Amino acid sequence: MSRDPVIVGIGLSDAPKAPHLDSVGHHVQAIQRALADAGIEKRAIDGYLCAGMEGGSAEAVAMAEYLGIDHRYVDSTMTGGSAFEFHVQHAAAALRDGLCETVLVSYGSDYLSRRGRSLGTGAFRGGFAITGPDLYQAPYGLSLVGAYALVAQRHMHEFGTTSEQLAQIAVGVREFAGLNPNAMYRDPITVADVLASRMIADPLHMLDCCVVSDGGGAFIMTTAERARDLRRAPVRVLGAAGAQTHWNIGQMRDYTTSAGAKCIPEAFARAGVRASEIDTLQFYDSFTITVLVMLEDAGFCKKGEGGAFVEAGHLRRGGRHPLNTDGGGLSALHSGMRGLFLIAEAVRQLRGEAGAAQVPDAKLALAVGSGGFLSCIGAVVLGKD
Amino acid sequence: MEVVRGQKWERGKLAPGALDRHFFEAAARGELLFQRCPACNHRQFYPRLLCTACGANPVWETASGRGTVHTFTIIRQNGMPPFKDLLPYAVAMIELDEGVRMMGNVTGCAVEQVRIGLRVEAYAVESGEGLAVTFWRPAR
Repeated sequence: MSRDPVIVGIGLSDAPKAPHLDSVGHHVQAIQRALADAGIEKRAIDGYLCAGMEGGSAEAVAMAEYLGIDHRYVDSTMTGGSAFEFHVQHAAAALRDGLCETVLVSYGSDYLSRRGRSLGTGAFRGGFAITGPDLYQAPYGLSLVGAYALVAQRHMHEFGTTSEQLAQIAVGVREFAGLNPNAMYRDPITVADVLASRMIADPLHMLDCCVVSDGGGAFIMTTAERARDLRRAPVRVLGAAGAQTHWNIGQMRDYTTSAGAKCIPEAFARAGVRASEIDTLQFYDSFTITVLVMLEDAGFCKKGEGGAFVEAGHLRRGGRHPLNTDGGGLSALHSGMRGLFLIAEAVRQLRGEAGAAQVPDAKLALAVGSGGFLSCIGAVVLGKD
Repeated sequence: MEVVRGQKWERGKLAPGALDRHFFEAAARGELLFQRCPACNHRQFYPRLLCTACGANPVWETASGRGTVHTFTIIRQNGMPPFKDLLPYAVAMIELDEGVRMMGNVTGCAVEQVRIGLRVEAYAVESGEGLAVTFWRPAR
């Protein structure tokens, strides 16, 4: 029991627009805030994990040098946006095994300020020498949005899922964004607004797609025993699991099912909980379809019934399983890899610190990250002590 | 499959290694290849040095060049050249009659006519240096 992994501190950097910070700056600010939140000295950190999309701020060993962290456990696992759910899994195992005592996980990206709003529509490797598996995709001009559109199109074909049902996800998440002063977009939207927004890649409209922002985050994990001496009530990591079915979208085996079908039930089993018991969902909402597929894979409803489940309002504020209570990637915060923010928001909910967006008496939260193109799914069940 | 020759290629320079080169050189001769495992009969695409099912060494097989649209999208926004000048265009996953899937553009019809289940046939377009890339159009 005493070496059970817990989260004892979280921090977010300035967002959604922070031209005064570069990617390392986002890491540093988020880390300083997480350390202060936990009441832990930096020198106590002996495990460090990070992931990112660019150079120095992506590699844990380079960041550890910059930050001055003398670690005993280090990990740069990069599964795309779900990397931080995998990090929780790895850090939890390392803590249980006594490889380290206090783990820091951090992320930072200046995506919006550095590169503008290009994320999501650019071609794969356009204009460069094409090698490896890209040879079989790059010449066709599939965009990132288009990759997820392949999933949405097939889901609609097989199960009769509608654009209106997908839009409900964006509408519900936007309602929460309205409660978050740091959200990128806060004005309420309707299903009609989503359907009237520009078609980017059929059947996905602009409002089916996540925002592009700046932002970083950090969290600190330790053992339940160590957490007794800290100022904050710990949030327990009850179960974590990850799985991969492909990396390139052209290799997805079943275009309506993700690796979440394998790892989310595994995370539930490890935690000893059922889907119906989860109080709030923090799901990687890169696109509305991402949520729908993972929702079904998690077992909240049967495969193909996600559209009706969403339409019933279960993911809305006041519903059975409120989704993305910070406003999600769809409306609030998406700097390229959203996985860390899922953990931070789940912790905020379980601490009862979510203000107007608070899910009453939230005891169990599920964070599910999607990396690549529904390729690498990481699931984490968190619980109140 | 038909090979379209002498057209200007603007979709990126293909830099295949030895295994991939074999596929693209075959396409330039009008042959569409995929791999089959002699040990377990697993069929796969893209080409690899091993069978993803059992780990044995796969062999090349020639496909009929006919297949069905398994899923698709119509790209309506893409800022990257040359694609920004080609909008809107269809990108599909084609399920070959031999069972493997390949990504490709469906051309030769209005994008609105592309649908899941559409029967398509392959053709190749020269991409320079003796290589060619596979495209698809409604089956005749």
